[in-house]
Amino acid sequence: MSDGIKHRRPLSDFSLGDKPGVNWNRVKDKAFRYFGIFCTAFGLIALAIFLMDIVIRGIGRINWSFLSGMPSYLPEKAGILPAITGTLWVLVLTAIISIPIGVAAGIFLEEYGKKNRLARIIEINIANLAGVPSIIYGLLGLEIFSRMFGMGNSILAGSSTLALLILPVIIVATRESIKAVPGSLREASFGLGASKWQTIWMQVLPASSGGIVTGVILALSRAMGETAPLIIVGALAFVPFVPDSPMDEFTVMPIQIFNWVSRPQQGFIINSAAAIIVLLLVTFVMNGVALYFRNRWQKRVKW
Amino acid sequence: MRTKEKIIETVLAACAAVSILTTAGILYVLISESAGFFSQVSLVEFFTDTEWTPLFSEKHYGILPLLSGTLLTTAIAIAVALPIGLTVAIYLNQYASKKVRSTVKPLLEILAAVPTVVYGYFALMVVTPFLQKIFPEMAGFNALSAGIVMGIMIIPIISSLSEDALFAVPRSLREASYGMGATRFQTSFKVLVPAASSGIIVSVILAISRAIGETMIVAIAAGQQPNFTFNPLVPIETITTYIVQVSMGDVEHGSLGYQTIFAAGITLFAFTFILNNISFWVKKKYQEKYE
Repeated sequence: MSDGIKHRRPLSDFSLGDKPGVNWNRVKDKAFRYFGIFCTAFGLIALAIFLMDIVIRGIGRINWSFLSGMPSYLPEKAGILPAITGTLWVLVLTAIISIPIGVAAGIFLEEYGKKNRLARIIEINIANLAGVPSIIYGLLGLEIFSRMFGMGNSILAGSSTLALLILPVIIVATRESIKAVPGSLREASFGLGASKWQTIWMQVLPASSGGIVTGVILALSRAMGETAPLIIVGALAFVPFVPDSPMDEFTVMPIQIFNWVSRPQQGFIINSAAAIIVLLLVTFVMNGVALYFRNRWQKRVKW
Repeated sequence: MRTKEKIIETVLAACAAVSILTTAGILYVLISESAGFFSQVSLVEFFTDTEWTPLFSEKHYGILPLLSGTLLTTAIAIAVALPIGLTVAIYLNQYASKKVRSTVKPLLEILAAVPTVVYGYFALMVVTPFLQKIFPEMAGFNALSAGIVMGIMIIPIISSLSEDALFAVPRSLREASYGMGATRFQTSFKVLVPAASSGIIVSVILAISRAIGETMIVAIAAGQQPNFTFNPLVPIETITTYIVQVSMGDVEHGSLGYQTIFAAGITLFAFTFILNNISFWVKKKYQEKYE
């Protein structure tokens, strides 16, 4: 759509050749083009500088004993095994809690409750929840999950909090993908005698799965990077053991990084750079996988 | 069959209702805990005292230092992100080829996918040492580098949403402007930006709301000292940092010190709630102007 606009150049691009002197309007236009290129490059160059600093500082620290070691008060002996396993636990539990609820809510809003009042209220509510800072979810998790439900500082309390945090993302992604499924598919299914739920379960959901998977992966990637809500819920900074049940106390990669970067010793700064490399690798891989699913889905489905 | 369908619908509705429970839970937690706080600290003290020292022996409960810290870092972030983000949006929409546009947009989105704790590291370890060469008197923890890095993080919010808004301006307006002999630059600022202003405003409001609620960058790089100041070179503390600081220490549950994080939290929530609703209102009111 946009290339039509791009190819039609403004009249001012064509020189009439009869005006001596400088056309200031055209100079400004050119200058702004270069400023635009500069600004676009600015963010990317800043990111590149940051990444280079991280890699230079941290890459030498990554080895097997770092990945499989326990935290320590000596930076050169410290490892990130509890943080990695904690992050994995949190991710898996968050996925188990948030995916069914989020997808079900998305189906309800798109397929069932289109016109009723409840659905409208929920819709406004979700838009509002998406704008609530993550640290507020931490306060919610602290009072409701940790104290009221007695989950304490456990992985389960942290995962439940993060599940609520990413729920709006999953709901919106589910709705968008379901919306893209054409009505003719539903009509055909109804015409063959399928019930509403059979139609959703066997036709609509498979047809929209690509978009849902993309949304879920992006949401989980966001959950993996969250630090503040888990600190509030009571995740620890120093965990010298590997958690092996959802009720265990825990730490995660971002909290480990936060802990190390807050210390004055150079050794811990190097450790935090090394841990950031690991965290960023996983984040970028997850985002890459999400993009792959989105592209494959968009290519395969031609309504 | 009928009953099964009915049961399924009820289960789905219950899942959708979880979002309402979440909102109710947030409001309940914030209001009930901060009610305990405000029964001991008057609203007048909360909003006028210029010191915030709940964890010291001489206690003051004035939110102003935390507010000034939050507003200062947010203002710096927007001062970075708004000109850059808007220029990127106009450049991608008006000047760049389709290929550049479809490559650069997802690349910029990477900036939003990086975990914020990583940005905190950048602010503290890369930006602050660099700025200290320019301002030798700058403290190791300061609002300036945290604000700048936060600004870089929210560039994609402004550039993406503003670009969408520019894209939605009907082609006839552009063509008319070009037809009058206007350059791209003139068309951008005299026609497109005014026509897309509601979308641009929404993007800026969302960016502000995001910056106010941002936690880890400021917790790592801006310091933990509640100073009532707008000097960007000295350590400050934001509302979010204070909540993290208390959560990392041992404050007894139910004590006034514990309740302060909810009083701080409800202040933060009020700000972001108002901003988000202004953005909904702007979107709704001006959305169909050109359709």
